[in-house]
Amino acid sequence: MTKPAIPGADAIALSLHIPEPTARPGDVADFSHLRLDAAGTMRRPDISTDEAEMRELPYGLVRVLDDNGEALGPWNPQLAPEILRKGLRAMVQTRLFEDRLFRAHRQGKTSFFMKSTGEEAIGVAQSLALAPDDMCFPTYRVQGWLIARGYPIVDMINQIYSNARDPLKGRQLPILYSARDYGFYSLSGNVGSRFGHAVGWAMASAYKGGHRIALGYIGEGTTAEGDFHEALTFAAVYRAPVVLAVTNNQWAISSFSGIAGAESTTFAAKAIGYGLPGLRVDGNDFLAVWAATLWAAERARTNRGATLIEFVTYRASGHSTSDDPTKYRPADEAAHWPLGDPIERLKQHLILIGEWTEERHAQMEAELSEILRDAQREAEAVGTLGKSKPDVTEMFEGVFKQPDWRVIEQRGELGIRS
Amino acid sequence: MNMIQAINSAMDVMMARDPDVIVMGEDVGYFGGVFRATAGLQAKYGKTRVFDTPITECGIIGVAVGMGAYGLRPVPEIQFADYIYPALDQLVSEAARLRYRSAGEFISPITVRSPFGGGIFGGQTHSQSPEGIFTHVSGIKTVIPSTPYDAKGLLIAAIEDNDPTLFFEPKRIYNGPFDGHWDRPTKNWSQHPAGEVPTGYYKIPLGKANVARAGEALTILAYGTMVHVCLAVVEEAGVDAEVIDLRTLVPLDIETIEASVKKTGRCMIVHEATRTSGFGAELSALVQERCFYHLEAPIERVTGFDTPYPHSLEWAYFPGPVRIGEALKKVMKD
Repeated sequence: MTKPAIPGADAIALSLHIPEPTARPGDVADFSHLRLDAAGTMRRPDISTDEAEMRELPYGLVRVLDDNGEALGPWNPQLAPEILRKGLRAMVQTRLFEDRLFRAHRQGKTSFFMKSTGEEAIGVAQSLALAPDDMCFPTYRVQGWLIARGYPIVDMINQIYSNARDPLKGRQLPILYSARDYGFYSLSGNVGSRFGHAVGWAMASAYKGGHRIALGYIGEGTTAEGDFHEALTFAAVYRAPVVLAVTNNQWAISSFSGIAGAESTTFAAKAIGYGLPGLRVDGNDFLAVWAATLWAAERARTNRGATLIEFVTYRASGHSTSDDPTKYRPADEAAHWPLGDPIERLKQHLILIGEWTEERHAQMEAELSEILRDAQREAEAVGTLGKSKPDVTEMFEGVFKQPDWRVIEQRGELGIRS
Repeated sequence: MNMIQAINSAMDVMMARDPDVIVMGEDVGYFGGVFRATAGLQAKYGKTRVFDTPITECGIIGVAVGMGAYGLRPVPEIQFADYIYPALDQLVSEAARLRYRSAGEFISPITVRSPFGGGIFGGQTHSQSPEGIFTHVSGIKTVIPSTPYDAKGLLIAAIEDNDPTLFFEPKRIYNGPFDGHWDRPTKNWSQHPAGEVPTGYYKIPLGKANVARAGEALTILAYGTMVHVCLAVVEEAGVDAEVIDLRTLVPLDIETIEASVKKTGRCMIVHEATRTSGFGAELSALVQERCFYHLEAPIERVTGFDTPYPHSLEWAYFPGPVRIGEALKKVMKD
């Protein structure tokens, strides 16, 4: 008896591809796979350009500052030195703030914390570049937005300590802020779920005939969530005045960006399939972040619709206080990151153009440290986690606008009479 | 008006009153909805207020939450409640929690309309009653009307409400009350007093039940299509039951329920949804906790079976007059 022929039986066996990062603990860090264009080489199309005419941009890299700190090319936003110093100050303050609160976690003063070390340029530049009444829909890694807009540091710490003065009444995990008056939408722990809110908010602004635009943030790992696809679809269909930002810091906890799809394409290039302009931008270059954001914002404000921007950066710290990155990547990988440190690069630029000195920088750091120390003292005078709490009645407030009988009865179980 | 016209009228009234009310969903625009609930609204209010969306429930609700955060009052439609699951994350993690987690900085005043329930040979994905999934979530209100008059008044109240509300529409009774006798000619709303619906603005407060039939012998708790089935069973059995149409599941009108069961001493709960962990379980627990010393018989539940909703076995699944009648005899024994 002869067996029937099986189609393809003589072909090679199938194999399943599992992406792996270029370096693991003990290996030499290797970023040679990243496409890194030189500063000033990418063209800057007019904002009225059709998406179809700009399809090389999502594969390139918009950079303004070169390795010497010189600002080059058409994307240079030509910012006044005082704006640059303001940005530098906010970035330094963000880093010092995060280092301080990270230590506070290690000292048992709070339960959890996350740093944005290495990514400060993104939140800070965008916070300063957009209008005060625009709204950002942040991830948990853009604390620089609040600091750049002058949100009270002591309130941030009160939130992190969940103490009696916590603006969110002890209901939220540390750093899941909400600051409406600072254009900072309520954070939630489930990733990606607010990317579409940014689009809806922008559609509402367009419906009302206003001038306000929205900025949505998502991490590169979270682009795998359906929310990413839905937001891009709605943004494209309704030409929503929204800037959609992917902060590609190479790591989603322990998973490298290849697990999210970066082996095959760029995150900016995903815009092409939706008919949206995509920009791939040096996220550690304050000037490039600013320029790309304004370019996209101007498109949005002139009814030209949404733009997807990938900010290429590196998560220099662990994912959170609960994470140990040395378990999955080289301990010194951050030092090999080819786009450097955003603070050092802007500082170098300011010094190069004669608008800053090492002395002034050291003086500013000392001054900011003092401000932060005072704010921390003020918050700790109220209390750290568990030493001071919002009134327990706050647990029952705000489920609905008015509590229904269940909540009234249940708070009665804790002895609270209405 | 039939229930569809009443629902259409509620949206019309609210759009005329408040420019922040917008309607969105799959096929709701030019076409006017697969059940015609949004017919004529786009022509009257324009494409930017009544518009079709891509087919993504998560996207529809996510965008609506963002619009609500801006200050609009969106009324998104999910074409069938069976298709609400892709939006679960947005409803549970976002809409329901936004006010609480932001300490009131942002709110989600959205009203999600969705046809639900069986009795129409809809099979597994056009018949489900998922209300129990949402009543379990703190921060969401759940409303289910049983008449055109209530549907309009409750929908207006839901749209005006500043909290996220799920508005489940029993599609079996869109065109007429259904008493469960599938083998008899169907009635339409023009022959029913609750088919009389004012054309203008009125509302029925959320959280208030309606005593659909006053009685002394037992209390029947029901909502949606089951109100009409229960009323028919009671008349046929000649039992002096008090039939309470809950209308709002969250917030629940516990006072009316408690007063009724304490008066009658007996309680039967009827819903289409599957039994285990369904809303009936919560009702049963509440009655047991609050009326234990007044109860003269165990609380009875008549519900859908713990199976997916079948197609050809529709009338064996649907809690109809036979099953409800048997439970009625059981709860009235002694």
